[in-house]
Amino acid sequence: MTVIAASELVKRYGDFAAVDGISFEVAPGESFGLLGPNGAGKSTTMRMVGAVSTRTSGSLTVLGLDPDDYGPEIRSRLGVVPQQDNLDNELRVRENLLTYGRYFGLPRRLVAERADELLQFAQLADRASAKVDELSGGMKRRLTIARALINDPRILLLDEPTTGLDPQARHILWDRLFRLKEQGTTLVLTTHYMDEAEQLCDRLIVVDKGRIMAEGAPAALIKQYSTREVLEVRFGSDQNAGAAGKLDGVGERLEVLPDRVLVYADDGEKALVEVTRRGLQPLTSLVRRSSLEDVFLRLTGRSLIE
Amino acid sequence: MSRPVIEPVEINPARVRRNGALYVFEHQVRVMRNYRSSIIATAIGTPFIYLFAFGIGIGTLVSANAGLVDGVSYLTFVAPALIVMSVVGIAAMEFTYPILLGFKWNPFFIAMNAAPLSGRQIIDGTVLFVVLRMAIPSVAYFVVMTLFGAVPSPLGAGVILTSILAGLALGTPIMAYSASITEDKGQFAVIGRVVVLPLTLFSGTMFPLDQLPFFLQWIGWISPVWHGTELGRQFAYGATEPIWLTVIHVVYLVALAVAGWRLAVRIATKRLDT
Repeated sequence: MTVIAASELVKRYGDFAAVDGISFEVAPGESFGLLGPNGAGKSTTMRMVGAVSTRTSGSLTVLGLDPDDYGPEIRSRLGVVPQQDNLDNELRVRENLLTYGRYFGLPRRLVAERADELLQFAQLADRASAKVDELSGGMKRRLTIARALINDPRILLLDEPTTGLDPQARHILWDRLFRLKEQGTTLVLTTHYMDEAEQLCDRLIVVDKGRIMAEGAPAALIKQYSTREVLEVRFGSDQNAGAAGKLDGVGERLEVLPDRVLVYADDGEKALVEVTRRGLQPLTSLVRRSSLEDVFLRLTGRSLIE
Repeated sequence: MSRPVIEPVEINPARVRRNGALYVFEHQVRVMRNYRSSIIATAIGTPFIYLFAFGIGIGTLVSANAGLVDGVSYLTFVAPALIVMSVVGIAAMEFTYPILLGFKWNPFFIAMNAAPLSGRQIIDGTVLFVVLRMAIPSVAYFVVMTLFGAVPSPLGAGVILTSILAGLALGTPIMAYSASITEDKGQFAVIGRVVVLPLTLFSGTMFPLDQLPFFLQWIGWISPVWHGTELGRQFAYGATEPIWLTVIHVVYLVALAVAGWRLAVRIATKRLDT
């Protein structure tokens, strides 16, 4: 049983393939992520799943229905949090929920009850009659999520839910999303933040240039494509490449970036000892656990955030 | 605090497919409520000002010099034109900026479409709303016209419908255009000054169309304002033209309104599918 099944999904704009043959499945209650840099085709995929963008080819079912034929039926059971907040700035906070709930044909009284409950959930109850423009970025995001939940959706689609938010606002939002996940809501989210993907996703696909580079649980992907730890050493902008030349054989693999050298090793401290033993004096050094960022770097040779 | 337990409700897509346009209408009415006092004040104030200036002011001058116009007093002659001009002005406003607003500046059309509503329903609901928006000043105008004694015919209330029809005939093609553009580089101001204003002035409004030089009369023939005004005059002070011409007014206005409406649906549907 799957709630989303995509096979060889393609979206072309003229000659450009924004999505170039993506296949994946999402199970009910699962938290599924699309991780990739800007322009990878994540949002386009989300719009096709959200039944607002017609696919060029491939097959797609959402809740067992084909979006080409059953757009309204699918959309009435989805909650959508778009990349750009599209709250109605001419309406007040609570009014945004009231009007949105009506789009689903829900009775006014029911929508009003839910609006109040969801404002509580979004920690916006005291802002119910505020203007949307008066809200902070994080509050707007939470209101958009509350709005997306008004129809008690089977699947919640979140496109870059925390992009542009400050760290504190991101943590509040993650907490809310984590609660939804615990309650069994199916979440599908796109992100270019590896920490977000690691925190929220049971399973994810790494997407680049409209294609899937890898698929799996975050921990499994890290295990498969990276070492347990990473040693980051900096020798100064002009020295990194030269220093890297002397690091042959240290750790399992080296990655030379313009500002630092990454040494992939299961034991980072041990690798650092070896670096200094070879007579190199890094300006700074840092040992950390491998992350999805390293997976992406390994798969594409590029960073997630450019 | 945990997420509230929400009773499972029956989501009914068939209901949305049927009534979606009404939900769009409802949204727009809610937004309009923020502006209700200015809308009502304008709707009531405008007819007084115009009927007084044109009907009484210029009307006195015309009556003293030319006598009757089209067989009636100048006030009676000009009133059906003033109501159309007023309503068409509302249409030209509501079918320009708010359309681009919904797609771009305050993209509630995009939000509606991510919910179950279709491009067709969004356009239909918007047209329905603009009909209401036009009906408010139209009814107010009719009442004030009656107070001024400018509506001799018992069928006079027909001017409410004909002015709204004229508003749609001029407005829906403009709406289609507004749905097609991605940026306002002053096009809306141009529409107001180069399309709506001349169509308003050279459409047998302040003076009969045949007073214009022959080579300018075509403006009236293509203008929804002329067709709407002439149609309104048949209701306001009785038939003054052959029936075939009245039929042409109706057919032309309906055709334009329907064509613009359908085009707008097509453009909006395509625009939303990105």
